[in-house]
Amino acid sequence: MLFKGKVFKFGDDISTDHIAPGRLFHLRSNLPELAKHVLEDADPTFASRVKPGDFVVGGKNFGLGSSREHAPTIIELAGVSAVLAKSFARIFYRNAINVGLPVLICDTDRINDGDELEVDLEQGYVKDLTNGEEMKFDPLPPVMIKILNDGGLVAHIQKHGDFKLD
Amino acid sequence: MGKTLAEKIIGEHAAGEVKAGQIVLARVDVCLTQDGTGPLAVRQLEKLGLEKLANPKRTVLFLDHSVPASRKELADDHQTLRNFAKKTGANLSEVGMGICHTVINEEYVNPGDIMIGADSHTCTGGALCAFATGMGSTDVAIGMALGKTWLRVPETFKIVVNGEFPLGVFPKDLILHLIGMIGADGATYKALEWHGETIEKMDMEGRLTLSNMAVEAGAKAGLIPSDETTRRYLEEMGRGGKFREIKPDPDAEYERVIEIDVSQLTPVVSFPHAVDNTRIIDEAKGEKINQVFLGTCTNSRVGDWEVVANIVRGKKKHPNVRFIAVPGSVQIQKEVIRRGYYQTLLDFGAMIMPPGCGPCVGVYGGILGSGEKCLATMNRNFRGRMGNPEGFIYLASPATVAATAIAGEIADPREYEAELKAVGKKVVVPVTKAVKKVAKKKKAKEKAVKKARAKKKAKRAVRKKPVRRATTKRRVKKVAKRKVAKKKAAKRTMAKKRVKRTAKRTRRR
Repeated sequence: MLFKGKVFKFGDDISTDHIAPGRLFHLRSNLPELAKHVLEDADPTFASRVKPGDFVVGGKNFGLGSSREHAPTIIELAGVSAVLAKSFARIFYRNAINVGLPVLICDTDRINDGDELEVDLEQGYVKDLTNGEEMKFDPLPPVMIKILNDGGLVAHIQKHGDFKLD
Repeated sequence: MGKTLAEKIIGEHAAGEVKAGQIVLARVDVCLTQDGTGPLAVRQLEKLGLEKLANPKRTVLFLDHSVPASRKELADDHQTLRNFAKKTGANLSEVGMGICHTVINEEYVNPGDIMIGADSHTCTGGALCAFATGMGSTDVAIGMALGKTWLRVPETFKIVVNGEFPLGVFPKDLILHLIGMIGADGATYKALEWHGETIEKMDMEGRLTLSNMAVEAGAKAGLIPSDETTRRYLEEMGRGGKFREIKPDPDAEYERVIEIDVSQLTPVVSFPHAVDNTRIIDEAKGEKINQVFLGTCTNSRVGDWEVVANIVRGKKKHPNVRFIAVPGSVQIQKEVIRRGYYQTLLDFGAMIMPPGCGPCVGVYGGILGSGEKCLATMNRNFRGRMGNPEGFIYLASPATVAATAIAGEIADPREYEAELKAVGKKVVVPVTKAVKKVAKKKKAKEKAVKKARAKKKAKRAVRKKPVRRATTKRRVKKVAKRKVAKKKAAKRTMAKKRVKRTAKRTRRR
């Protein structure tokens, strides 16, 4: 899968409260509405500017905090093709794969806000078309590749009737 | 090779022995969801057509984040969970019963269990030596239906804690200190395992606080070996039979060993907007505060209320501070009422909300105004956490919260030496049926003793008939005496009235 899009750069420690704040708790059963507020507390203009195919790029420990799966779900619903960060918090990482949102670990210091990016999931590389930087990202564990390829955990279970790890 | 607690417990639930780094399929004993994550879990199961739960008796749906429901959308979410519980036989913990992580450990979790919960603080269960970890709605939904999940066996950090807590320093300060030291991502994907004489001596309430915040260092679990304290706690909760001693092997392999001497600790405060942004109390003192909050799955237990009640008793809350207190569960609420702490806090000027997550999630109640600062016993202080991205949250122990409520600015609880010394040995909350049974038995016994006494008295009375005459004589004498006294009194009042009348007359003249 080859993705191309614009970079929206964020800092370190973007929490699930930044992505899907508690004050919008009542929209959790209305995800398209909640998606209109995605990442609102980190950048109030993000939801209105993001276009299908764009990338969210963070620093370290992206997605820390609450286990709310609504956070990666609304990033995916907003049309973001992948999230790139130096590191991810554990629950967010797992949730993202479960909802079919690719999460890639690489040195995001070399990527700038507004850059054009090309990501090849199969070949495992990230290319910054604006500044010419090219880098490999850490491969996902095989179980996660399997779930992601099936289109998320619900689709995985639908397909196999159980977990199929190997 | 020896095994850590995580390797032991996961190994018992997987096919064969496991080692850190391995990815395994594991059986799941306990599943929990709450009103923020449960409705999505229900919808995922509906999508999959999975209506039967693997273990409904140990699946618990909590209504705790928005209680009682603050909006129609959330009231509808509550309905979704109520209906799902009815349909599947899962347990429902209704609004007002308490926070999921407080109640689940009071009533369901046993040493050696694997628990997955759609809430990041599920790791609280590690205090009972269960491998407990937070996941998303879909993972927990599948766990509820299939009774299993996939896990990467984590590497373990061994945290060795020695020394005695100085007066005014608590397990909350210890965990904030550790997170400040290793960072909010210092233990990502790892398990923490607590050891040392301080942990061995620590009561269950303190241990629950430590395990609760493991996730704030990024950890997957925060485990404490089960021991006599665990046994006693389980007995008091009415499931002593579920106790199992689980210890890591002496030659277990740890990725990192961290040693802490708590006798050197001072109270710690986390500054906005990160848990690892910690300062010692001397560097935190003097920060003006608008609201303090005692509550959440980290610090809302009887012992926490006791410390606060002791410090604020008979004192006045600073007029510029609002004080919100929320007991962690209805059992805790009843106990703090019984012990008088509830009244003490009300007298001090606190406002008390029903058991639940309270202002911690920013859903409603206690939302900060723009630019306002809150010092809370919560576990995280991210931007926007309390419902307003322009609010500022500081984290500390209940004692620091109490001292701050008096001063109106962050204050050192160690100044209340006498009050802190008076804090008795913490008693674990008596909660369950077993405790009620004991109380019932005690009452029945007392009743029986009273009855027996009354019977004996009656018998004696029958035997001592002749004495009665003497009693009657005495009574007659008494009545006569009383009559004389009455007459005297009447005479006295008459005399007084006469004096008054004459006085009036003379005045008129």
